[in-house]
Amino acid sequence: MLSRKATCKSHGEDSSYFLGWQEYEKNPHDPVRNPSGIIQLGLAENQLSFDLLESWIARNQEPTGFMKKGGSIFRELALFQDYRGMPVFKKELAEYMAAIRQDRVRFDPNNIVLTAGATSANEALMFCLAEAGEAFLVPTPYYPGFDRDLKWRTGVEIVPIQSSSVNNFRIIPSALEEAYQHAQKLHLKVKGLFITNPSNPLGTTLSIHELDHLINFAIDKNIHIVSDEIYSGTVFDSPRFISIMEAIKKKHLENTAIWSRVHIVSSLSKDFGLPGFRIGMIYFNSKTLIAAATKMSSFGLVSSQSQFLLSKILGDKKFTRNYIMENRNRLKNRRKTLVSGLQKYGIRCLDNNAGLFCWIDMRCLLTSYTFEAEMELWRRIIFEYGLNISPGSSFHCPEPGWFRICFSNMSEETLDLAVRRIKALMDSSSPNAC
Amino acid sequence: MTGTPRAEPKESNRSPTRTGMRLIVPLQGIVQGRGGLILGSLIPCTLFYFLQFYLKRHRSPPQNPPSRSTSAANLSELQRSSSRANLLARGSTGRAHVSARVSSIAKPNDSPYYIGLDRVREDPYDEMGNPDGVIQLGLSENRLSLDLIEEWLSKNCTDSILGVGGDALGINGIATYQPMDGLMEFKVAMADFMTEVMERKVSFDPSRVVVTSGATPALEILSFCLADHGNAFLVPAPYYPGFDRDIRWRAGVELIPVHCRSCDNFTLSITALEQAFNQARKRGQKVRGILISNPANPVGNMLNKDLLYDLLDFARERNIHIISDEIFAGSTYGNEEFVSMAEIADSEDADKDRVHIIYGLSKDFSIPGFRVGVIYSFNKSVLAASRKLTRFSSVSTATQHLLVSMLSDKRFIQEYLKTNKQRIRSMYDLFVAGLRELGVECTKSSGGLYCWVDLSRLISPYNEKGELDLWDKLLNRAKLNVTPGSACHCIEPGWFRFCFTTLNEKEIPLVMERMRKVVESCKPSV
Repeated sequence: MLSRKATCKSHGEDSSYFLGWQEYEKNPHDPVRNPSGIIQLGLAENQLSFDLLESWIARNQEPTGFMKKGGSIFRELALFQDYRGMPVFKKELAEYMAAIRQDRVRFDPNNIVLTAGATSANEALMFCLAEAGEAFLVPTPYYPGFDRDLKWRTGVEIVPIQSSSVNNFRIIPSALEEAYQHAQKLHLKVKGLFITNPSNPLGTTLSIHELDHLINFAIDKNIHIVSDEIYSGTVFDSPRFISIMEAIKKKHLENTAIWSRVHIVSSLSKDFGLPGFRIGMIYFNSKTLIAAATKMSSFGLVSSQSQFLLSKILGDKKFTRNYIMENRNRLKNRRKTLVSGLQKYGIRCLDNNAGLFCWIDMRCLLTSYTFEAEMELWRRIIFEYGLNISPGSSFHCPEPGWFRICFSNMSEETLDLAVRRIKALMDSSSPNAC
Repeated sequence: MTGTPRAEPKESNRSPTRTGMRLIVPLQGIVQGRGGLILGSLIPCTLFYFLQFYLKRHRSPPQNPPSRSTSAANLSELQRSSSRANLLARGSTGRAHVSARVSSIAKPNDSPYYIGLDRVREDPYDEMGNPDGVIQLGLSENRLSLDLIEEWLSKNCTDSILGVGGDALGINGIATYQPMDGLMEFKVAMADFMTEVMERKVSFDPSRVVVTSGATPALEILSFCLADHGNAFLVPAPYYPGFDRDIRWRAGVELIPVHCRSCDNFTLSITALEQAFNQARKRGQKVRGILISNPANPVGNMLNKDLLYDLLDFARERNIHIISDEIFAGSTYGNEEFVSMAEIADSEDADKDRVHIIYGLSKDFSIPGFRVGVIYSFNKSVLAASRKLTRFSSVSTATQHLLVSMLSDKRFIQEYLKTNKQRIRSMYDLFVAGLRELGVECTKSSGGLYCWVDLSRLISPYNEKGELDLWDKLLNRAKLNVTPGSACHCIEPGWFRFCFTTLNEKEIPLVMERMRKVVESCKPSV
């Protein structure tokens, strides 16, 4: 009685990534009420800087209230449903995006399409760029949600670009070409590359060389580049973040065909820690795509309340710049706490300069170098040690034994507890060369 | 017709092969007559290759239909990206496609419904600032009762846009990730609100509520759940122009209109429904459901209990779904009672699974900007799938927090709904009386924020062209944006939807004055 899409498994929620969450929901850790419960280390959410936002809101009741000198703005907000978005909000958003990129790129507010979260943006992009049955090449490991967001209703396919721990999972030209050939063998027309920069789950930013390879490849194959830069505000260490837009400018390609085939996705959910507000966006250089995606955004508009509040917050430039700096410091310190804790017990983390997580090497704990052993280890970690960390296979990692562990969605105490539990895990395991 | 939206350059990807082929065939014929098969093939092929080479070197921008206002910037973008770029780009012979749907979506609006909305945006009437501007009668928005909500907000000391009453710690609860299909307390509040709207004749269950960012995505999500690409829904016509977008664009579900006629007061007939279903089957089109709007848009009539039961019978016999868009359920002003499909489903246990209701706060509660819609279904599988799909169309947690206490204040909601209905009724009476003085009649309607006006005597010729000529006159001479029946797929020409809840009472005489000029200038058709 239901459609094929409703009854298939393309929602991807049977992945171990989401199963871990379900286990956590059944037995969530709480320092007071359930101290032995499962600690959530699988949710990439930034809770470190809420106090900054709270104090800003407390200080700014008047500008963010409904009552103004001339009357109430409630009516205006209640009726505002223009899919082109609030001009003042888009202007602030464009300036904020530039600020995160150290003003090396300028963004035109008219090229921004607002969507209810980056999830909505990614799906809408696929609807705009590809037909059902066409494909995008995605570097592995990648965020499990893409299997659902890019593929489910759109019918678009993902062809993974392989990587290796040997070179820290960096993107190399031969891997791009291999993936493209693989797609050809599967009779899939490749429409573009879909990269996440900074990477989820690696937490690393792409180097200028990798960006060059990607751009050259996209020119050569005449395809699109979608750059999901949702973590661009979480870069807390060098090397500095280089946006795809900056890389294109560096190669003086603004007036060429590739310019209108490059698209950026972003949101305020990660760096600003406001996923609940559902504020996402797509940045296009192509006027046709702006027009199409703007109309398509009717299916996921941003609440006028969110647009209004964020235009005030982002409009306070002093606060915003201070917030960006302070947030980065806190993320850097939090990562340090986690990494030094793990290193003490023999677990290596990939050296990352961004993101809300670490990519850790648990190969030494595998009973055999297989994905089955990785699942076995994952189950032990959840059920025996009460830690929901995300197994690499759910990110389509080509090698078993890697896990993603988030560090910014809990208190310092809870993170310490998590590290102690990892110690217990290491202590109980046979001492391989870790 | 006017229309000044800026033209978007169409990124078409016409290959030279097609142009080339048009030359080969006649050439081959000519040559074959004299030079035999070899020459007859060689020469045209050589010519063809030269032609291809020539075209590639001198490719001109794609031929767009003459657009009304192509800015210089757009033109230069066209030339750059199509000619020089392809020579610079290594190895590329054409531009990367975007999806087929993009060209049709991106092109400037051609439906009068959207063109009219664009015109109002460009030249909106304002009593002080722009008294000759276009008066908006084409958007079913209710501005009559926002003061009641503002009053509640000020009385309840929630001036903060976050509605947390200055409780700064609230940010943690609203900023973080929450269930995509809505907070539990918000679902409870929406279920309560819907119960009040339906005057407590049905009790809505929060566990059947799925919250979306507006009714538009609610309908799209249901379309994805209930039908496959290429399947169809039957929909009584005339219908809301937005359905064509909501259901077709991405879900790819077709809409088969079931025409209703003025002689029946545009009421849906089961016979017509049956005919449409059978014809679809003959064409090989699979019908998966019926989409009704109740109160109906644009006509404003309500489906009575008997008809709703008949619809359920019809759906059961053919094993299809019923989607009931009840977004105007609280905006009724007639003497009839509104009956929700939920009431019918409640009493018919066996067929509950095929009933799905769409609701939202954009019409009855006047807050389209906050993006709150609801899917209410009796079908567990549909609920499960819909919940997963809300991530693409999710409601802001902050908005939910702002509205929870308001929607849960039963006394306020009851007062609000009652007063709102009275105000809609007054406006309707004044508006219809005003039109009547001009000799213009409307169908008798009892719900919605608009009336369905009969201007068929004023159009000439008596067809869609005549109707659109009148629409153009109304929009560009009288400066009144109304929606012509053809945009709503009405089979009888000359009907128009006039929304009256964006006006205040003082503006009605102005509207009527402008109407009078048009009415007098039109020769009544014989």
